[in-house]
Amino acid sequence: MKEVFKLDHVSKKYVNDGKEFNALNDVSLEIREGEIFGIIGMSGAGKSTLVRTLNRLEEVSSGTVSFYGQDLSELNSKEIRIVRREIAMIFQGFNLLHQRNVLSNVMQPLKIRGFPKEKRKEKALEMLRVVGLEDKKKEYPSRLSGGQRQRVAIARALASDPKVLLCDEATSALDPKMTAEILDLLNEINRTRKLTVVIITHEMSVVEKICSRVAIIDNGELAEIGEVKEIFRNPRSDAARKLVFPGNPFDPSDKDARLIRLVFDGLAASRPFIAELVESTGIKVNILSANTKSVGGIGYGQMVLELPKDIQDQNTVIKFFEGRGLSVQEVKGA
Amino acid sequence: MSNYIIDAIKSGIIETLEMTFFASVFAYIIGLPIGIILYSTAKDGIMANRYVNFAVGMAVNICRSLPFLILLVLLIPFTRFVTGSSIGTTASIVPLTVGAIPIVARMVESSLSEVQPGIIEAALSMGASPIYIIIHFILPEAAPSLLLGAAINISTVLGYSAMAGVIGGGGLGAIALQYGYYRYQKDVLWTTVTILVIMVMLIQESGNLIAKRSRK
Repeated sequence: MKEVFKLDHVSKKYVNDGKEFNALNDVSLEIREGEIFGIIGMSGAGKSTLVRTLNRLEEVSSGTVSFYGQDLSELNSKEIRIVRREIAMIFQGFNLLHQRNVLSNVMQPLKIRGFPKEKRKEKALEMLRVVGLEDKKKEYPSRLSGGQRQRVAIARALASDPKVLLCDEATSALDPKMTAEILDLLNEINRTRKLTVVIITHEMSVVEKICSRVAIIDNGELAEIGEVKEIFRNPRSDAARKLVFPGNPFDPSDKDARLIRLVFDGLAASRPFIAELVESTGIKVNILSANTKSVGGIGYGQMVLELPKDIQDQNTVIKFFEGRGLSVQEVKGA
Repeated sequence: MSNYIIDAIKSGIIETLEMTFFASVFAYIIGLPIGIILYSTAKDGIMANRYVNFAVGMAVNICRSLPFLILLVLLIPFTRFVTGSSIGTTASIVPLTVGAIPIVARMVESSLSEVQPGIIEAALSMGASPIYIIIHFILPEAAPSLLLGAAINISTVLGYSAMAGVIGGGGLGAIALQYGYYRYQKDVLWTTVTILVIMVMLIQESGNLIAKRSRK
């Protein structure tokens, strides 16, 4: 598969009042053609800086960012403007022109490209059909809901037939229902238009819903990168654990108790393995938290268990679950 | 009030409107680009340039800090050079324009600064050039604020035009000064002042209304 973006040892330093601040530290990753790639991290982790290096809205301090093999830092200001037409972007704050109606907003990137007016209009209307807002073409953005505004922004982004769509916290200002609608739309656009999508978010639920691969950014560093399913089943970094482990489980009965998290996919879920554990070993565990979710379209369940005090019993339990193909991780500091 | 004073006031109104209109138009023709330069060359602006920003900002500040009455006197040779005379309505337009330019420039700069940075980022991400961004993104977005600023600027020019009467400019200010002040004709003084107040109010209110209408 072709690489759309390749980041090679990218660092970004800011100097503020004489103090140096590392927004990005030695990040290397690649984004492949046609995938929905997630970049997740807490606020201030550097993910917004990272996405802005992809279209050179931010210059890197060291390392290289290439777009289809082209090192972006080698381009002059005119050349980078041409490349940016291939890399559309949508934002948390939508960033639509308030003084222009919906149609005129969507026509904007085509105007920049110098398309004749009739062509611009035709293309803009087509894009509004894609996002289902053709009837709102004469409205002004201030009269639309947040979800509708983001749809207009998506139509605007698609109008210039980009190769990539960068989404910077595009659903963070929306309620859960609108978030789901926008994510469905992005998913559909990815499939039907073969558009590579890069999603920046602080919400694991967004990544779980539509991303195929994800990079976890923590303190400006790449903590972990890989298939979303794999990271959900078996997070290796602390940052990843924090993101995928369920929040606020019940307090364990003993605060020094050893806790584990089990992950099982839809197939394993049909087996009563807790009952089997008790039946075959006689050891009891305390369930602190349990839920199910869909990750990349596959149903997963997860559970946080408090293990008995006896070390031997603990090991028996872990061996029992591992023997049944469930992934088991220690939960620290719960 | 005798008839000739009423006639004088009538032509004074026309002269005041003339001075205000032309001075405002010329002030915007020159002040708007200066305001755009101040805005776009500022630190973190889309065409950030410390030296240009400093030089233009300095020139604007110097012009602004001169009291208008002093500017009127200082500009007499320049006015004579441009219009061939230093007295009368046409001549007053020159110092009025020069006095209004820095005010317009700062007002434009502040209106443009109100545009959300996100709009500029969106424009950059679409591959728009800085000039394109100013013309097609920033100016339209700032339009309601620019119109509101224009109403304030035109009112200021109107107020300044009354001052031009001191050095031989025409208009209502000259009448108020000659009849009302030098001849102690209080009725003329109050009439002209009332007319000036009404004119300022009309300009300000219609400006507010247009700005409000234009805000989508």
